Amino acid sequence: MVAKAKKGMPLEYSVQPKPIPLTLKLLTVVTVVGFALTLVLGLFVAGTDIEQGEIQRIFYIHMPAFFGAFTAFGATVIGGIMYLARRSDKWDKIAVAGVEVGLAFSIINLVTGSIWARPIWNTWWTWDPRLTSAAIMVLTYAAYLMLRAGIEDPTRKKGFMSVYGIIAFVSVLTTLFIIRIVPETIHPVIVGASPQNAQGTFEATSGVVIALLPSLLVWLVFMPITIMWYRYRLEIRMDAINRLKVQLLSE
Amino acid sequence: MKTPFLTTVFAIINKDLRAEMRSRELISVMVLFAFLSILIFSFALELDRVAREEAVSGVLWVTLIFASILGFNRSMAMERDQGNIDAMLLAPISRSAIFIGKLVGNYLFTLIVGLVMLPIMTILYNKTLVNPWVILTTVVGIFGFSTIGTLLATMTVQTRAREALLPIAMLPVVLPFLLTAVRATTGILSNSPTSDWLVWVQLLGGISIIYLVLCIFLYGFVVEE
Repeated sequence: MVAKAKKGMPLEYSVQPKPIPLTLKLLTVVTVVGFALTLVLGLFVAGTDIEQGEIQRIFYIHMPAFFGAFTAFGATVIGGIMYLARRSDKWDKIAVAGVEVGLAFSIINLVTGSIWARPIWNTWWTWDPRLTSAAIMVLTYAAYLMLRAGIEDPTRKKGFMSVYGIIAFVSVLTTLFIIRIVPETIHPVIVGASPQNAQGTFEATSGVVIALLPSLLVWLVFMPITIMWYRYRLEIRMDAINRLKVQLLSE
Repeated sequence: MKTPFLTTVFAIINKDLRAEMRSRELISVMVLFAFLSILIFSFALELDRVAREEAVSGVLWVTLIFASILGFNRSMAMERDQGNIDAMLLAPISRSAIFIGKLVGNYLFTLIVGLVMLPIMTILYNKTLVNPWVILTTVVGIFGFSTIGTLLATMTVQTRAREALLPIAMLPVVLPFLLTAVRATTGILSNSPTSDWLVWVQLLGGISIIYLVLCIFLYGFVVEE
């Protein structure tokens, strides 16, 4: 690279990543160790389900993954509101990070649910209200990314996507509460009483809770925040590279 | 000095209605589309009498939502192509007045399509849809998804892919309306006791109000510059 930036500094320096802050390093360690620990708890410590057997253990990833997605999509809402209020690019980057991380988590949620349903419900997929609303949640955020790619003007893009990110959260709330609203679901409810026709339900006994609570903590708090932070840093670098491209082309 | 809120709203509604009276562009396309869609559903599902009666509310609402997408797209594209949206943004009027004005116009056109479809479906599907409660559900339900549709159409009409993006953006977020409206209509049509389905009509009204408030608040951010 021989091109020089306008201020006389070699261009490549402006895209050098900032060193990883100590908080993020600590978070990474906590997340990795915590995830390993929840796997040990879920796979070996928690009691085997009498009716379902070993397959029930997938639950320790399935439900926490949804709550991880909840945190990430929640960050998109906060990012959207703050962007509209402050107009700072930082919040828009947080919102994008939230969508992508949340999308990954909700796909984990769908896939693990599908694997569990094969032996228990005897089908990979069924058009149950909750399954349908979860699939629509994934599609809503896929639409977010498509819409984002379709808008050229950067300022307009950030404004629009903040608005859509706020609206899209409706699909997350629908998925969360649909079990309580539409009674004829076959999806089990673990907290509180299951619907009468739920199939493959089990009680949240002490054998389950010992693995479930740590899993929830790791997936709800540490995993989404850590991954989103890395994604946020990536977005900053992509931004810098794009600016660099424009700068090189204009010279 | 700002033009009073209601004056602005009525001026925009008046303009939309007059343009529609002269061109009849929106309603004719929407009604024709809805009619075709009902026929196609009828053939595609190969409905026998019982199945048809069970599917009728789903067909009604899916048709109305698809027809409304056509209408919203066209209505916002006209504003943009003729440069009217820029003129409205330059004028000393509040953004939420623009939203309410466009919303009422869009709502009225879609509502007309809905009210025309009810007797047509009554004849074609042999199920009495012209019933005060079904009409009430139609009036409330169409208002509900018109709010979010107007907001999203304003956004997508400003993008590169334009028409293609509105269904992708809108269908996932109108799901709560589709869900509650279909349940209410099915309940009414199956002659269940009022207590079984009234909650769905109420829920439909509730989410409509939530979406309306959300959209009024957010509209100012999608029509900047």
